[in-house]
Amino acid sequence: MNFLKRTIPLIIAFTMGVMMSLQYYVPHEVSQSLLKGVTRWGITIAGFAVFIGAYSLFHLHWTKIKRKHPGWGYSIFVFFGAGITIFLGLHNGGEGFWQNKQEGTMFDWMYFNVQVPAGATMFSILAFFMASAAYRTFRARTNEATILLVAAVIVMLGRVPVGALIWEYLPPIADWIMSVPNMAAKRGILIGVSIGAIATSLKIIFGIERAYLGGGD
Amino acid sequence: MERLLRIDRRYLFALVALAVTIPLLIRFDLPVPATKEVKGIYDKIDSLPEGSHILIAFDYDPASKEELQPMAIALLHHCFRNNIKVVGMTLYPGGPGLADRAITETGKQYGKVNGEDYVFLGFKTGFELVMINMGENIYSAFPKDFHGNSTVGMPALEGIQSLEDFGFVIDLASGSTIEAWIAFGKEKYNFDLGAGCTAVIGPDMYPFLQSKQITGLMSGLKGAAEYEVLIGHEAHAVAGMSPQSVVHLLIVLFVLVGNFLYFMSGRSKI
Repeated sequence: MNFLKRTIPLIIAFTMGVMMSLQYYVPHEVSQSLLKGVTRWGITIAGFAVFIGAYSLFHLHWTKIKRKHPGWGYSIFVFFGAGITIFLGLHNGGEGFWQNKQEGTMFDWMYFNVQVPAGATMFSILAFFMASAAYRTFRARTNEATILLVAAVIVMLGRVPVGALIWEYLPPIADWIMSVPNMAAKRGILIGVSIGAIATSLKIIFGIERAYLGGGD
Repeated sequence: MERLLRIDRRYLFALVALAVTIPLLIRFDLPVPATKEVKGIYDKIDSLPEGSHILIAFDYDPASKEELQPMAIALLHHCFRNNIKVVGMTLYPGGPGLADRAITETGKQYGKVNGEDYVFLGFKTGFELVMINMGENIYSAFPKDFHGNSTVGMPALEGIQSLEDFGFVIDLASGSTIEAWIAFGKEKYNFDLGAGCTAVIGPDMYPFLQSKQITGLMSGLKGAAEYEVLIGHEAHAVAGMSPQSVVHLLIVLFVLVGNFLYFMSGRSKI
């Protein structure tokens, strides 16, 4: 069992990792054909992830309902919402899911009249919490916090049209903050993250990092 | 002081609601000058000859609609007005409805025909894998469009085999797809890439702007408003600038008043 669960996945990860790393630098026809084949495999495998996602979601909420966890009533709505959406999607305006997508179906109605406004509402609620946090917690307690606060005020005013009306130099100063200190910090973080990603990839390819294989027996 | 510091947050919420609502009811126009980042995208599209192809990746879902949909519509107006063929796609499962509506409704205003002047390829799972697949062969990645029509031989895709055949590619992103388009698309298949993103992601994109890995950047509703002004089609994004300005002013006021009360109350010495 250990051979099937550990050794074979490690061999696959090593072979594919080395092969695809080298492939990037080889413009030969065989290499391009390999890339095409592997990406199509990848897309097919990624498509199946939706089943794992759906199973995980339903399992989690079914457990909450069964054990009467606090707020278990909301989990019923997960089944209710997902059930209706899946049904209407498969129904495809009466034509069935094996036909091309139909226009003006109930699925479209649900999308534009439930999902779109609900999504926009969820996102816009952030503005209210940000306003509350700005009043209650954004304090100039230390020198670093003061610099952050001053930069935030300049960028917030300089990035909206009213900024130029308050002081004509606000937008250029905000642009400078974004283009110089912000860019330098972001680039530093980006380089650090990229080096980390390369190191992790090498650890996975050479079998040093095995967390992706899962635990248990 | 203490009472003011512990004010019920619902009063703050009410002030934010008023700051959004009043400028929508009492309209006042504010100047929206275009920044060089937004102008980069505008100039690139303007330089494309008639009949060129542009790929727009609608990589967002309804949660980011308010910022990115106005951007998409402004871009589509510019493309259709210049007789550029538009190819749309999305890597987000929640994106097809918004993308299809934006392309179809804007196309209709210019008398454009689906399959001839534009095509929406729909959603494909796999992120980077889809980009690589499109870079190798677009028909392999999308054998059919969103409406089930075969893409092979479609007039809207005439002359297109892979990503490198597009005159310009734009990613409208609410997540990390811009970095993926740079690493797995632009750098590998060598095409010009522009980006539009939510205001939250905007600061992350500056390193790519400076290195010229993206031709231009539209960030948040302000970016969309600048584009609307550039194409002379002022719509939702420009209208949104007044409430956004007032809310920003209010939040700055909250920060200043909150800090003033904090220091006056003596809490800072504890």
